[in-house]
Amino acid sequence: MLSTPLVLAASFAYLLLLFGIAHYADGRGRQGRSLINNAWVYALSIGVYCTAWTYYGSVGRAASSGLWFLPIYLGPTLGMLLAWTVLRKMIRIARRDRITSIADFIASRYGKSRALAALVTLIALVGILPYVALQLKAIASGLALLTGSPGTAGPWWQDSTLYIALLLAGFTIAFGARHLDSSERHEGMVAAIAFESLVKLLAFVAVGVFVCWGMFAGPGEIFTRAADRTDLAPLLGLGGGEHFAAAQWFALTLLAMLSVFLLPRQFQMLVVENTDERHLKRLSWAFPLYLLLINLFVLPIALGGLLHFGSGRANAETFVLSLPLALDSPGLALLAFIGGLSAATGMIIVEAIAVATMVSNDLAMPLLLRAQRGSPRDVSALPLAVRRTVIVALLLLGYLYFRVAGEAYALVSIGLISFAAVAQFAPALFGGMYWKGGTRAGALAGLAAGFALWAWTLLLPSIAKSGWLPAAFLAHGPFGIALLRPEQLFGLAGFDNLTHALLWSLLANAGLYVAVSLARAPTGREAAQALRFVDAMHDAGHDVGHDSGARPVAWRGAGGSDELRALAARFLGVDSARRLLADFARRRGGSPAAPDAELVNQLETQLAGAIGSASARAAVASVVEEETLAPDDVLRMLDETSEVRALNRQLASLDRLKDDFMSSVTHELRTPLTSIRAFAELMRDDPQMDPAQRQHFVDLIVAESERLSRLVNQVLDMAKIESGHAEWRNETIDLAALVAHAVETTAAGFQARGITVTVEAPAQVPALHADRDRILQVLLNLLSNAAKFAPQDGGRVTVRLQADAREARIEVRDNGPGVPPEQQRLVFEKFRQGGDARARPQGTGLGLPISRQIVEHYGGRMWLHSTPGEGACFGFALPWHAEETKP
Amino acid sequence: MTKHVLIADDEPNIVISLEFLMRREGHRVSVARDGDAALAAIRSERPDLVLLDVMMPGRSGMEVCQAVREDPALAGTKILMLSAKGRDTDLAKGTALGADAYVTKPFSTRELADKVRELLAGV
Repeated sequence: MLSTPLVLAASFAYLLLLFGIAHYADGRGRQGRSLINNAWVYALSIGVYCTAWTYYGSVGRAASSGLWFLPIYLGPTLGMLLAWTVLRKMIRIARRDRITSIADFIASRYGKSRALAALVTLIALVGILPYVALQLKAIASGLALLTGSPGTAGPWWQDSTLYIALLLAGFTIAFGARHLDSSERHEGMVAAIAFESLVKLLAFVAVGVFVCWGMFAGPGEIFTRAADRTDLAPLLGLGGGEHFAAAQWFALTLLAMLSVFLLPRQFQMLVVENTDERHLKRLSWAFPLYLLLINLFVLPIALGGLLHFGSGRANAETFVLSLPLALDSPGLALLAFIGGLSAATGMIIVEAIAVATMVSNDLAMPLLLRAQRGSPRDVSALPLAVRRTVIVALLLLGYLYFRVAGEAYALVSIGLISFAAVAQFAPALFGGMYWKGGTRAGALAGLAAGFALWAWTLLLPSIAKSGWLPAAFLAHGPFGIALLRPEQLFGLAGFDNLTHALLWSLLANAGLYVAVSLARAPTGREAAQALRFVDAMHDAGHDVGHDSGARPVAWRGAGGSDELRALAARFLGVDSARRLLADFARRRGGSPAAPDAELVNQLETQLAGAIGSASARAAVASVVEEETLAPDDVLRMLDETSEVRALNRQLASLDRLKDDFMSSVTHELRTPLTSIRAFAELMRDDPQMDPAQRQHFVDLIVAESERLSRLVNQVLDMAKIESGHAEWRNETIDLAALVAHAVETTAAGFQARGITVTVEAPAQVPALHADRDRILQVLLNLLSNAAKFAPQDGGRVTVRLQADAREARIEVRDNGPGVPPEQQRLVFEKFRQGGDARARPQGTGLGLPISRQIVEHYGGRMWLHSTPGEGACFGFALPWHAEETKP
Repeated sequence: MTKHVLIADDEPNIVISLEFLMRREGHRVSVARDGDAALAAIRSERPDLVLLDVMMPGRSGMEVCQAVREDPALAGTKILMLSAKGRDTDLAKGTALGADAYVTKPFSTRELADKVRELLAGV
């Protein structure tokens, strides 16, 4: 036995030593000569995986079931094979986005979802509580054993465990919650944890050596003697039972493999505290080696204890302490106790810091911020206060759990419950890192289902077995529904409760994650974050020391810089905020930065370090309008680009059309000009020209000039109609009168060529609402065409006007040569004159196209029926009531 | 020294002016109203010079020019292309096809007469 003051003094001295190491490391870190930027320190600090559970529990497990303690260390060993791929990717992502916890990591992946961050935090909190209790229990029972005191039988205020818990809370705060920006690494804490790993390893190995060579003549003797004992021989096999329980081995190995990444403290040490991803290379073999060394003597100690004390006479979980005590080696016992203390405190410190960060950032801060929304006061001190409160609360709750349920369960079972809880993060986390299709809804559904099943199949039974719930529902199911029995859910039997729980919870979790994710396409923000996570290794920013690249989620630079400054000051403090903005301005080269997207992103990243990415996003969103990228938006953007492309194509073809038109117009204008110029020059150069010849030339010049002006007018007309700038003076028109007027106007021309014109029209037609001059223009065009193409002397032209309920139809038929079929389609196109070239001087090639434009403007249509040799019939129809269409 | 000039153009008034100009220059003139008629006239009448409009119904001036140049029997025929388009590409195309000269409309009668004289000087 050792005296209580001695043990307490030694413990306190040990904790002070830890603090001294942390202080020294912090100082070195500030000087830029970081102690922890070292692959050995990093690998040792990951030894935080081995808690009091390993230290005491493994021996207990080995004493009851032989090698069955091994999967818990095989899993992480296998997991380390993934260090260089999976872990490196996690570190890259976390570094880039200043991720502070596993809740932050998962929430960030799914569009910085606050609901998801809160759920992950809740699961971690509930899952970790028993684990913390376990550490307290280990310290308490160790202390009780060492000092021979009655343990925790007394009232709570006399319980030394409570004071140990409070003391540890104080240390944890000193280690991890002294300053704010938690994405700045806790150098001192890491150094202290690495030291603790060393202490617990040395202490455990020392006990092992003592047992093997101090008590026995070496491990050989232990194993030989154990093999001779019928009660101990089975422990030398795999799994202690008669059969090798492959499913259980697999489940436990998988569970441990997931836990080494997913436990909040593991994520903290592996990812958040990592200083250099190259350290992973050494970690990947050094950490398995550490696990091997610390497990080397588990079985010898367990068997040695059983041989020494006799089976079932002493608590195997404390063999590490009781064996040295029994052999009167108090010094070694104290060392072993300090080793156990280091295992427990290491876990508590890191876990509490990690969980406090999560609770503060993802549960408490969002609520507090909402509660005091709009108040502009400085809240930069708030997260720190919240964290400290959470650390104290966590340890007190752990103590409570320990008082309430701690005695009922073996250490190893409590630890596994925690493992199974955090294993629920696996689908959302790993899925999110490698599958772009995962959505927030999927992650929420999977996590919620997994957590619920975990609670039902593992947590509730553990509480029931502690006597706090009626055990009946374990045996018969709730309300006697056997199908819902927690440990044989839906009739699934034949597994141990852990494998059973893991199977159901992970199955439902992963299944729902995938199914719900597939049910709906990711939103723009989810897709953006998915890309950042899944393609993290392809980022241009290979230098992991810096924030790389621009964020795909854009902020509209709508926030004023004053608002941003106020926001920054609120969360980071006035000085930090000023420094941040000044830094940014300096990097931008000069003037105080305008609040562009880059500044906003940087501020968000800074805030994420202080209050978590989900809260940071919400805070920034309150002052800056976010460019939301829903799939619709993305599609619209794509549409816009394709629209732009289509418009470009259209413009290009319009350009070509315009070029064609210009080239045609140029050609058409040059032709009469050529004649005019030629005749004029011929007359100029020949003053003696025959007067009759001269007169002929002058007449031709006049005719060509008329053609030219007609052409100019029509080109302008056409351009006006086509561009929509034509004026339409609509009035009520009597079509019968208008037809008569048109025929009268052209009568002279027909007469001169000896063509007879017949008009067939009812006396009365409904009134038409249109531009009289325009309709007259169409009629004159058709009549003049007919006059051109009807044969001279004997030509017959018929103008027919018909009216029905819907529209007026006007046709002009001639008995000319008609239009060849291949030209019929072309006559309405610009500069496509039909007929005999000799008839052309009067034509411009624009008459019919303009006519058609006019008719179509009034919602009508125009046509040509012609059989070559039998004349042509041009016609058009105008609806009585028509919406005018834009040309 | 009377030469035979074929005028191939579908614009009647331009034909009238060209006809007058060529007669005044002292040449014998015949007229074709389209590309096919022009090619037929070149083959049958063997003019010394063709004033060939590019834009004609049927065979275009370019096609006529090409057909003439591909026919060794018509090697001596001078071709002067007339075009209202007058773009550089058209000019290049015309000369590439073997036209001896290329004149854009509206043309100067004096320059055209000079060009014709120049072309016919070597014949």
